[in-house]
Amino acid sequence: MATWRLTTPLTEADVRQLRAGDLVFLDGRVVGVRDATLIRIFDHGVEPPIDLSGAAVLHTAPNVRREGDRYIPLSVGTTTSARMDRFTRGLLERYGVRAIIGKGGLYLPESLGGLKRFGGCYLAIVGGAAAWQTLHTEAIEAVYWEDLMPEALWVFRVRELGPLFVAIDSHGRSLYAEVGAEARARLGQILGGG
Amino acid sequence: MIVAGPKFYEAVAEAAAEAYVRALIDVPPDVRAALASACRQETHPIGRRVLELVALNIRAADEHKILVCQDTGTPVYWAFIGSGLAVDGVRLEAAIRQGVEMATRQHSLRSSICHPITRENPQTNTGYRVPVVHFEFVAGTDYLDLVMLPKGSGSENQSFLKMLSPADGVAGVKRFILESVVEAGPKGCPPYIVGVGLGGSADLCMVLAKRALLRPIGSRNADPAVAALEAELLAGINRLGIGPQGLGGAVTALAVHIEHAYTHISQNPVAVNIQCWRGLRAAARVYPDGRWELISGWQPGG
Repeated sequence: MATWRLTTPLTEADVRQLRAGDLVFLDGRVVGVRDATLIRIFDHGVEPPIDLSGAAVLHTAPNVRREGDRYIPLSVGTTTSARMDRFTRGLLERYGVRAIIGKGGLYLPESLGGLKRFGGCYLAIVGGAAAWQTLHTEAIEAVYWEDLMPEALWVFRVRELGPLFVAIDSHGRSLYAEVGAEARARLGQILGGG
Repeated sequence: MIVAGPKFYEAVAEAAAEAYVRALIDVPPDVRAALASACRQETHPIGRRVLELVALNIRAADEHKILVCQDTGTPVYWAFIGSGLAVDGVRLEAAIRQGVEMATRQHSLRSSICHPITRENPQTNTGYRVPVVHFEFVAGTDYLDLVMLPKGSGSENQSFLKMLSPADGVAGVKRFILESVVEAGPKGCPPYIVGVGLGGSADLCMVLAKRALLRPIGSRNADPAVAALEAELLAGINRLGIGPQGLGGAVTALAVHIEHAYTHISQNPVAVNIQCWRGLRAAARVYPDGRWELISGWQPGG
């Protein structure tokens, strides 16, 4: 259970050294995306407005206050990744994303296979801990697709964002798969009167 | 019977707004105590680390007066109207809606509500039939208790209903609840407060599962048979090993709350409505003359 301090953009080597169960603290830029953003990219075929190679993307839609032409982050948290599962492979394969930051995990074989094949990782943040996350978000550097508000494409500058748990690594190990399989086995024992 | 005066409805709007914001920034005392206890019990290294961060997060929200979680939720209110209070229900519902819009504007809350087909977001946290408002009536009081539950979507998406058969019995009920928690797994931000509705019709059963989330942790159903089932299910759920955030650990749920109703002779309905660890809720009491106050530690019938 190693602890890593990484800075974006991430390289394949950065990601390949991580093992499930490790902790990561992240500096640099994090790109906020979620349902509407990813539907626009993948279902409507609109190219993302920024280069995502080496990016860490975060499943989010923050609370913000507009001051002039800037947005001040009031609460930047994390939403459930499972809804965005089917967009994961495209982010990795087509756009070179290296880290998905979310909560609740990814499950599709093509997502897990994509992380392994293209060198990506899933970093679990503590869901619901938005106050903590906000204090580690220094600024909103850019916002694209404001018509989707609050589901715009956000560029956050973060400092020591973490602890992030390496929940799915680039070597095929998923803590969610392991915990889920164990829970189903124990469920059988409990229902069987064991 | 006291007729609510003109200031009553203004007070309802203010109380509805304040309860919404309070619920988003201030974790209730019973939930804090349960999380602290969970942190002491948790032996899994990741689970432990998650719960330590949860504690840091609650402190950060307290110190900076910021939201615990980014999800402003679906605004759900329970209006408990005293039998000694005469209110205009249409104005009451309008005042609650106005409160949601005020809170959203004044605190720059993210609007989380949209049209189900066009996905158009009015940016007010309100829309057709939202906020969700449930009404109940209380004998012997002459005030309104307004309980606010800003229901986060991560946990609300983990909602389950099954119309079991009478022959499935209590065993079938237990199985369905445990399977629902396994299905929710990490997705609704465990450790959970598991709201369960038992009996009634399909619609009532689901409402009861949500209603169960209004109860403070540590409370028990008044019916001993139902209370025993709550305890048994909590023990079972905490043997699943899902743990905080579903990354493994001993503490998967903080509580199981069951609310029940009589049902049809040919039915055995059970509903599960998951609540995330933040257990958000806040309550306000509004008096007919327009005075109002937030109530800490509110409980149904209390």
